[in-house]
Amino acid sequence: MRKQVEQIQAATVLFAGDSGDGSQTIGTQMTETSAIVGNDVATLPDYPAEIKAPAGSLAGVSGFQLHFSSETIHTPGDTCDVLVAMNPAALKVNLHKLKANGILIVNSDNFARKNLRLAGYTDNPLEDDSLTKYQVFPVELTKLTRKTLESTGLGTKDMDRCKNFFALGMILWLYSRPMDHTIRWIKSRFAAKYPEFIEPNILALRAGNTYCEATEQFATSYEVKPAKFAPGKYRNIAGNTSTVLGLVAAAHQSGLQLVYGSYPITPASDILHGLANYRNFGIVTMQMEDEIAAVGVAIGAAFSGALGVTGSSGPGLALKSEAINLAMITELPLVVCNIQRAGPSTGMPTKTEQADLLQMFYGRNGESPLPILAARRPTDCFETVYEACRIAVKYRTPVIFLSELYIALGAEPWQIPDVADLPKIEPNFQNNVNGFEPYTRDADTLARPWAKPGTPGLEHRIGGLEKSDITGNVSYDAENHEKMVSIRAEKVKRIADEIPPTEIFGAQEGNLLVLGWGGTFGTIRTVVENKLEEGHAIGHAHLRHLNPFPSDLGEILKRFKTVLIPELNSGQLRQLIRNEFLVDAIGLNKVQGQPFQVFELESKIETYI
Amino acid sequence: MKNKKSSGIPLGVPTLTPKDFTSDQDERWCPGCGDYSILAQTRRIMPELGIPRENIVFISGIGCSSRFPYYMNTYGFHTIHGRAPTIASGVKMANPDLSVWVITGDGDALSIGGNHFIHLLRRNFDINVLLFNNRIYGLTKGQYSPTSEQGKDTKSSPFGSLEAPFNPISLALAAGATFAARSLDRDPEHLRSIIKAAFEHKGTSFIEIYQNCNEFNDKTFFLYTEKDTKADNTVFLEHGEPLLFGKEHEKGIRLNGFQPEVTTVTNGTDDLIVHDQYAENTTLANFLARMSDMPEMPHPIGIFRSVQHTCYEDMMTDQIASAKQQRGEGDLEALLNAGNTWVVE
Repeated sequence: MRKQVEQIQAATVLFAGDSGDGSQTIGTQMTETSAIVGNDVATLPDYPAEIKAPAGSLAGVSGFQLHFSSETIHTPGDTCDVLVAMNPAALKVNLHKLKANGILIVNSDNFARKNLRLAGYTDNPLEDDSLTKYQVFPVELTKLTRKTLESTGLGTKDMDRCKNFFALGMILWLYSRPMDHTIRWIKSRFAAKYPEFIEPNILALRAGNTYCEATEQFATSYEVKPAKFAPGKYRNIAGNTSTVLGLVAAAHQSGLQLVYGSYPITPASDILHGLANYRNFGIVTMQMEDEIAAVGVAIGAAFSGALGVTGSSGPGLALKSEAINLAMITELPLVVCNIQRAGPSTGMPTKTEQADLLQMFYGRNGESPLPILAARRPTDCFETVYEACRIAVKYRTPVIFLSELYIALGAEPWQIPDVADLPKIEPNFQNNVNGFEPYTRDADTLARPWAKPGTPGLEHRIGGLEKSDITGNVSYDAENHEKMVSIRAEKVKRIADEIPPTEIFGAQEGNLLVLGWGGTFGTIRTVVENKLEEGHAIGHAHLRHLNPFPSDLGEILKRFKTVLIPELNSGQLRQLIRNEFLVDAIGLNKVQGQPFQVFELESKIETYI
Repeated sequence: MKNKKSSGIPLGVPTLTPKDFTSDQDERWCPGCGDYSILAQTRRIMPELGIPRENIVFISGIGCSSRFPYYMNTYGFHTIHGRAPTIASGVKMANPDLSVWVITGDGDALSIGGNHFIHLLRRNFDINVLLFNNRIYGLTKGQYSPTSEQGKDTKSSPFGSLEAPFNPISLALAAGATFAARSLDRDPEHLRSIIKAAFEHKGTSFIEIYQNCNEFNDKTFFLYTEKDTKADNTVFLEHGEPLLFGKEHEKGIRLNGFQPEVTTVTNGTDDLIVHDQYAENTTLANFLARMSDMPEMPHPIGIFRSVQHTCYEDMMTDQIASAKQQRGEGDLEALLNAGNTWVVE
């Protein structure tokens, strides 16, 4: 029987299973292949904090959601067209995301009494009527994989490790995708340490593919044509990788050695892992004894004339705050990456949130203004962290770079920039001995000289005690203190002179401006695009610079009747905007550890247009 | 093996004097503070080290001792409480040619900064640590410190401190210190010689300096520093020499089982413990360090341990060099374009 191929515009697939089932792996591979065949892609990994929670339990379910399209997309999708559930727990946790009439592929071998009980099912959902509104495909994934691999000599346990590739083989068939990218990846991934798994994984992949082709269960496959991208060279990239490359690029272009101090923490550790690979770029990564030491080495390195960078997540930032303040008062370049996760305290380490904005603004003693920049999507991390480095070096100040779990782990196609187009970063070290004082300032930027140890004639002392203007000597003088506080504030304010005009997407004035920051970009843009198509006067502005704000922002806010600020917190940007501009901004807030969904935003917006 | 600087800090031959190391800032310690002596000895020994002044960096935390960098006409960084070792590590890593000195106290290094202190020693950066131990919190006006004796009556312990003190040398050795020594603020010559030995040791050099706080803990070490009592209460460690002390070196220390005991030297010194500061095995160094916890034994002064291990910054530099050799100098264009890429026309 010849099978039907149906053209569709987009699809969302959710792979879910036990955290050891390899859902993240096959999700990433499906993403790579979709990107390479030319689709626009957006992903959302969703995994538990436990490395391996008890097998089969609800707590142990790990998921990977992928949205791919022949049109430009900005989000991983609210709901999914296909759910691959490797066990009853994965089904229970994720079924609510599956569209009515959506495709549900389950590993029926795992629907025995024990796993059903662990997932809290009293009856087997495959045998009662609870799944009738979906297209259910029970597949004996475990048995079929074992059968495929029976001649490989692998033990049963090792055979079972390959069943995720059987599932991937099925999904690749379902969306008419080639297997060669995955096969290449399997070969390189397992070559060094587990060569005995190369052939079995490839066999399982092919078997999954052939199974769909051969069995009558699957009558239709789908095809999603390439999306229209601007001409250029592309690769698929996750936010943390994009941050790593941005830091490497900033070090390379400035000619400064990158010294990255860090302490492992979810979801920032990937930046440490990534940078640790680039010793041949002269990059030093130091895994320190704690968060404070991690920022300490970065500050010391900055004093010595390196590009000092530290990275962490909210709880780590709390520990670093005293040291960041030291870098602020000693006016040393430093980049502090905060990959936000759901707080407070340890909170929900593997869930997303944007609730550290006020911590970054105000979480230090005394008056301690710092520039704050936030990335809006995975690919934007590169440019934003690069800009953070540029500002830190130019203005001699710590700069906060904000990312968040959702964009740090999410991936999308990235148009690879041309190195020649990257902005200049010029360290301009002090060499001139004549008239040198450590706290003289550049007339425009108010930056003080960067005089690194080893330079003859520039010996000087700095520290956390209040500085005397010009000389930098310790000073308890009342007038001087007030002056230094205002100079430090003015220095940060002046960065606004360099911020490009704020881009407003859609209506330039009118009823509603949706103002966002960080990883909510994709959802907001999708909703605003939809509403514009319906003919509404709605605009979208998305801030990269949160301190200082762009100088045109106040005027922009006044052009709209209503300013709506969606945030994954209880209204932190809204508080800052109201405070700064006396605008009665409306909040749309969600604090659930999950990103906004398009429909949530859409229904809220409808009340204001 | 005697330790020699084999690489690292470039030595010059500038003709400098202690005055060249004196900054224009007035010292603001209490009159009579032991810190003055340590500062004076440091300024005196600096010219002898033969390092250009611009290559020297003093880094401190918080406390009385931590004002020290302001008074040295070198590069200096007065940082935050307990964190000087971390900042010093960053300074050294980013420029291994610098001669880096950490100035700290018993509270700064052993209480709030205890974690950084042990990890600095474990990593063995070529950094010199001068710990001014006065067994009291001075800058906050007289609370007990992590080296204060149990039962000590202070402002924060009016009924006596409940805490057992750290033995700084034991702690340093346990953390893997490759150089651990003790000296006295009131023995300028010895102090200078130990500072010099610390500089000459490649690796983290730790010196505990008994320092008098005449305001809040006066005379706490006088038993070990004053003329009348010093000879009977201290034993000066000399590599390869038996442990002898007393005004006429009439007393020695020998082993009785696993316990040290004092003996009178009448029939020679053959049964006395002979010091070996270069022993890789830390048994002897640990044993000597613990002697200062025994009221009946003299306090050892001098170098407990001095062994050569590879420094963190040298290993990092080697990793970078070999990565460049194996993979070639980092090529940004190639890095950005790595992995699966595709072209849209």
